[in-house]
Order: sequence, then structure tokens, then C-alpha cells
Amino acid sequence: MSDSVSVRVNGKPVTVRAGATVAVAVLAAGATCRASVTGQPRSPLCGMGTCFECRVAINGEPQRRSCQVLCEAGMEIEANG
Amino acid sequence: MNKPSEVVIVGAGIVGAACAFELAAEGVRVLVIDESFPSSGTTGAAMGHIVVMDDSEAQFAITRYSQILWDDLRDQLPPAVEFDPCGTLWVATDEIEMAEVHRKFDYYRERGVNAEVLDSQQVREAEPHLRQPLAGGLRVPGDSVVYPPCATGFLLQKARDLGARVVHGQPVVAIGKGIARLVDGTVFPAGFIINAAGQSAPKLSGGINIKPRKGHLVITDRYPNFLHHQVVELGYLKSAHSLTADSVAFNVQPRKTGQILIGSSRQYGAENSAVDDSILARMLQRAFDYMPELSQLSAIRVWTGFRPATPDKLPLIGPSPEDPSVLVAAGHEGLGITTSLATAKLICAQILGQRPAIPVQPYLPSRQMAAEAHV
Amino acid sequence: MDSVRHLSFDVAVVGAGPAGIAAALAAADSGVTVGLIDDNPAAGGQIWRGVQSAPQNSASSIWFQRLNKSAVQLVRGARVFHAAKGELAAESDDSAIQISYGKLILTTGARELFLPFPGWTLPNVTGAGGLQALLKSGLDIAGKRVVIAGTGPLLLAVAAYARKCGAKVVAICEQTTRSRMVRFGMKMLLVPGKAPEALRFAYELRGIPHWTDCWPVAAFGSRRIESVRISRQGQTSEIECDYLACGFHLIPNLELPRMCGCRLESGFVHVNEYQQTSAPGIYCAGEPTGIGGLELALAEGEVAGYAATNWEDRAKHLFAKRARYGKGVRILKDAFPLRPELKNLARPDTLVCRCEDVPHERLREHGCWRAAKLHARCGMGPCQGRVCAPAAEFLFGWQIDSVRPPVFPVRCASLAAVPSHSAAARN
Repeated sequence: MSDSVSVRVNGKPVTVRAGATVAVAVLAAGATCRASVTGQPRSPLCGMGTCFECRVAINGEPQRRSCQVLCEAGMEIEANG
Repeated sequence: MNKPSEVVIVGAGIVGAACAFELAAEGVRVLVIDESFPSSGTTGAAMGHIVVMDDSEAQFAITRYSQILWDDLRDQLPPAVEFDPCGTLWVATDEIEMAEVHRKFDYYRERGVNAEVLDSQQVREAEPHLRQPLAGGLRVPGDSVVYPPCATGFLLQKARDLGARVVHGQPVVAIGKGIARLVDGTVFPAGFIINAAGQSAPKLSGGINIKPRKGHLVITDRYPNFLHHQVVELGYLKSAHSLTADSVAFNVQPRKTGQILIGSSRQYGAENSAVDDSILARMLQRAFDYMPELSQLSAIRVWTGFRPATPDKLPLIGPSPEDPSVLVAAGHEGLGITTSLATAKLICAQILGQRPAIPVQPYLPSRQMAAEAHV
Repeated sequence: MDSVRHLSFDVAVVGAGPAGIAAALAAADSGVTVGLIDDNPAAGGQIWRGVQSAPQNSASSIWFQRLNKSAVQLVRGARVFHAAKGELAAESDDSAIQISYGKLILTTGARELFLPFPGWTLPNVTGAGGLQALLKSGLDIAGKRVVIAGTGPLLLAVAAYARKCGAKVVAICEQTTRSRMVRFGMKMLLVPGKAPEALRFAYELRGIPHWTDCWPVAAFGSRRIESVRISRQGQTSEIECDYLACGFHLIPNLELPRMCGCRLESGFVHVNEYQQTSAPGIYCAGEPTGIGGLELALAEGEVAGYAATNWEDRAKHLFAKRARYGKGVRILKDAFPLRPELKNLARPDTLVCRCEDVPHERLREHGCWRAAKLHARCGMGPCQGRVCAPAAEFLFGWQIDSVRPPVFPVRCASLAAVPSHSAAARN
């Protein structure tokens, strides 16, 4: 069992440690998670699934709270911040 | 033209706010009193659809008149009002409902309302997320959507700019004989009093029959471009007709935020504002029948509201049976947002002794007493 | 269309943090069926996040070993969004879940209080606990400059953990007064087991400036935070940083207790000595009954688990331990009250509602939360006011207390799967 996982954030490959969340992968890629309704870049605030700032699209499914999703090999993550 | 010393309007929902604006624009001194805050009643729960309806000539007349008034106002509406001329798409699932599509089309066309019959393919193109196949539909491009609390806020602000006063946090306990009295005993003298208190209108004016008709709404997270029109099933009309049964009907609305508003349900006799899981589930299942992908959208909030309903489904606009100085402007069921502006015009005309743009007879409160007398 | 899973337990515990784990294990001692439900991918809540990878001899590992050996059914990744008599409605990523229960124990924990200040919405401005959660979820912070701000003992724990992860912790900015902080330190030394912990913190935080009467005034940066301006003893200064971890202590997660009809007292769930709430068959333990920390949560959880399974003797046996740790609630409350200057940090254009980008000036126009919500749309986003409502309560003194299902955003399909109830079954 590998101790790292590879995913793609906005098409760019990112490697994180096994068990890391998608939010962490977005941050590791130097990206921000989402754009607010007035276009400001946003990234995780609470880290525990209550603030909804970490929402990204995972494998085409939008509005996923990335701080509560574990990275899986080959995940396609769209972070539109 | 008689300008009274002051008009007191009870209720700062959309109807009260529209009346305030209209009267203030005519130079009348207006005081609006709300027991809580503007839009805290039915208006705050409302869907905000501006729609021309054809249940009866009287319903058509007032919805059409009011829709034109909204269109006249649209350029003044600030962004927060979220005015969206998205139009309505009535959808038919079978040949019977398709016949209704044609009937509506003819009815609207005869009366100068722009409408277009769509076949199955065209309905699909108009709204790609509708399930296939549907029989067809009717598109009414002149219908629109607004966000009711901010529309009310806009009307009240315009009224204030023209000199109206607005007081809130004070329930009015009695109106009539030239005064409105608050719970703390304060008395406001008035030439006329407008009872725009929605659900509470019967508490203030005797002889008017308004009953709450509970509805549920669900709003989703933002999914821009999922939905383009307000979409309504033709069974909606059957639902609105039933006087006793709980019913649900498919009705979805796009908001400018990209959120989808999902309705609708109607229940008589339910006075508890708590969410009713069973009817909510029915309402959602009905929606999924028409638009399966709705089931996967994230629902952020569910709420209930009470439509103030009259037995003949027409609003009460005119003098109270008990006191001619009190004008009732209430009982709009699910058409309060649509018909608020026309209601204000009709009320204003009656107060100022002017000729109203459409006949008021069908909406006079006295008709309810006459109807009861014939039973 | 979504599938629907049906689960049934004698005792359902919602929230798999320390209180929930303790409650589930205590309940399982009777041999009844116990379900422990949590929305995260693993149990542990906040303080024990990612504990599976912690060293074998730590206290938390012992609890986890007991959990793994027990008959407790851990239901992971399940968000409970609705509760009615005897039934919970939840959803996971791929199905709706209906859970019937005989007794219910609510251990829904707490979250951080966030207060708005200019620049608080910049990326890499996180909560204090928020940063810790991200670190435990794999965030690489080696060599990055971190400022920790806000209030409460969590700041110290986060500073120590960040440093262990390789961060350069530039400063800890605590808004409470120096005298309160000193008193807090002294009182905590008297609580059993705290003296070694305090010494360990002092060692782990050696060399990191710890300032009291100190709070963030504004965060600056273009696409992410680059510096924070702080106020300290009447003077402002700017500190360059890569992360600002700022949280103003903890507030209880009361949505489910409210939905179940549990009576509140002073903003927390009221419970009797058996952790029983005012709603029949429903118990509550941990932070929702009072912010008191880990050991208290464990003790309360055990009492609730035994009480829910009618094992009063075992519950009573824990009363003394619970009382000892219960002193921490008062100590915390007295030590970290929020100072009034924090109400004036937000400028008119500072956002209060982050979901809907609603600035302070638009909320201020209104007299109550409901009016502000309807007209300005604050609290109408997916967080359902979890971030902005507590801030608005503090800033404007509003009372915000209504709750409706769903208490978390859920797929429409999950809402439609909620079974119906008769009016009589509703509390």
C-alpha cells in the first residue's frame, strides 16, 4: 500500500500523503477552492465541514466539501477559486 | 378628487407596500404599520412568480393588468429585487393536458398575451432537464420572477421617498371608524384604513372569509443554467382548484443566483408552520417525476408559508362590509406578488373616487356576504 | 435514484468525537445494539482527528482500540439532517439513510466562533481549529510562517501542533487580558492531570511570543494572506505570514438538539445528572452541554451511555470524576470572555456572510436576524448561518434560535426519503 496518492487539480498532477483530503490537495497545488458570489477567491476556513468554503467539483460532481473527502488515485478536481 | 387627511395601511407585505407607494405617489399622506417587520408574513415565504392566469375572466383581468404594471416598473428595480423575465413554461404530459395547452394558447392570444405552443422536441430544447417524453407545452414569455422581500423593500422605500411613514414591531388590534389602534393603546386617526394584513386580515375586519393554505418550498444550492423558465405542470390548476384535499404539483423556478426553487404544495386546515415531512416528500417526488436530476441537487433550506385563500380564489379589494372607511386588500392566495401592483391601483382608485382601470366588482368583499346569504 | 439504507439501533449516538465514543462504548456494555454515526470519513471528531496514525500508547488510542473491539456499529460519512420521534434521517455520498432508535445520545460537539475583520475572507486565513484540522488532514506547512490569533486554550494546542508539523509560529495573539490569562493558568494547574499538560505546553511553545490583550485588526494580501495587522496594548503592528489561524473559542452545535425539542439554558443543552435532556429518551453529552474539554466530554459521554441503558449505578460511579472535570467549564468561561473591541473590527464593507457575500452595513440596517436574512440574504447560503449567525449574535445582540430541517444541505432525494410521521408523533 503506497503512502502517497496522486490526483489532478485543474488538470495539474498533485501528490499528497495517503489519507489526505481533497482540500489539502487543492492547497498543495497552489490553487484556491472556489470563487465567492462576488468573485473573491476562497479556501477552507473551518476544516470540519461547516463553513462550505472548501467546495470544489470532484470527478464532475460540483459543490463537494473537499475537507471531508479523502483523495483517491486519479481523482479529477476542479477548484475554481 | 378627495384627498383624505391620512391613510393608514395595516401590513407591510407586498400588498401593503404597493398600496403605500401608489397612494404616496398621488400625494396622499400614508402611514404603514406592521406588527413585525416588512415581508415577515406570507410575502417572506413567497415564490415571487409574476404570472398571467386564466382560471376566470376576473383572475385574468387582474393578473394581466398587474403584470403590465410590473413590466412598466422593471427598469427602476434595483438588482436586489432580482427581476428576471424568464417566462413561464406550462408542461403537458398527455393529450388531455395538451388540449389544455391549446385552450390556454387561444385564450391568451385572444386577449393579447404573447404565448407559443411547443411540441415535445421544443419543450426538450427549452428545458433540457425535463424528462422525456412530454407531450408538449406552452411558453408565456411575458411572465417574470422577482425576489419578494426586496421587491417589498423597494416599494416601501419609494413610498418613503414620497413622504410615507413606516412603523414596525407594533401589532394593530382594532381598525374602523376612522382609527387604527395599537396593542399599547396608541391610536392613529385616519381618513381611510387599508387592511392589508394577509393572514390576519379577518382578525381586523369582520365578515371576510380568508383561510390559510399552507405551502412548502425547497431551495437548492447554486446551479447556474440548470433551469431557464419557471416551469409548471398543468395539474397545478387542478391543485389550486381543490378546496379540501392536500395536494402537490410540480413547479420550479430559477433564481438569478442560480438557485432552484422547488414547489408546490397546498394544504387546508394546517395551521402549524412546521415542515410536514410527508407532504414534502410527495412534493419532491412529483418534481423528480418531471425533472429527475433535481433529486441530485443539494437542498439548502426548506420552509413553509401560508397563502391567504378565499373560497372563490379571487382577492378581496374594496370596502369592508362593516365599515366603508376600511378597505380590505387581502386574500390573494398564491398570486399576491403578481397582483400586488394592480391591487394598489384599484385601492387607490376607490379611495380617490377615480375610475378603476378594470372593473372592481369581482373583488369586492361584499360579494362574500352576498354569497353566504344565498346558501 | 438514490437507494435508501435502513438501520436500527437500541441506542443511536450522533457525533463520533470523544463524548460519542465514550457514550457508545458505555451503552454497548449492556449488550444492546449501538450505532455511532458521524459525517466524517473516520471517528474522532475534531480533537482526535486522524488519531489512527497516532502513537500506540496515547490515551486516545486506547479508546479507539476499545471501539474497534466492541460491537458498536460505526456509521461513517453519514450526515444526520433531520430527527423526529424515534427516527433519524441521514445521508451519505451514495444513499439516504433512515435510522430508527430506542434511545438517542447527541454528542454533536462544537465549532469555532469566527468574527469578521477586514481581510478575514482571504485564502489561508483559517480557524485555529481549522488549521489544526487541515494539518491532520495532510496539509504540509513546513517552513511556513503562521500567526495564531483569537482566544482560548485551543490557540496553544494549535501552536504546539503547527510547530511540530514544521511551521514557523510567529506569534500567538490572545485577546483576553493578561490577568485573566494568568488566573486561567493557575486554575488549570489545580485540575487533575493538567499540570503535566501545562508544563508540556510551556516546553513545546518555548520561544514563541505569546501576547495577551492582542487581536487581529486586518489581514492583507492579494490572492492569499501576506500579512496581518494586530493591535497589542493600544499599538498596531504588521506581521508577515503565510497563514493566519484565527478562532474565538468554541460554540456548541445545537441544531439537532433543537430539532429534537431539547430545552436550552444559557445557550447550552440543559441536562440532568444523568445527561438526560428535556426530550424523553434523548441524552446529550460533551460540548453541547457546556464547553469543558476532552476529559469532561469523556466522563459525560460515559454517564449518558450508562444512563441510556438504565445502568444508573455505573453512571453514578462517574459523577465525581465528571464533577472534577466540570470545573473546567466555569474556568474557561471566566478566562476568555470576548472583549467589546472585537465588535468594532468589521468595517461597513467587511463581509459578515461569506456564502452570500453580505457586508456588515447591509446587516446593520435591520433590527433582527430574520429581517436581515430575508432582505440581505445573510444566512441563506449552504452553511445555513453556521458561520455568520453566531457572529451576528455577537455583533448586533440578536437572538437567533429557529431551526428547520434539513440541518445540513442534503440531496433533494434524501429529503424525499424521510419517512412520514403522524402529527402525534411529532414532539
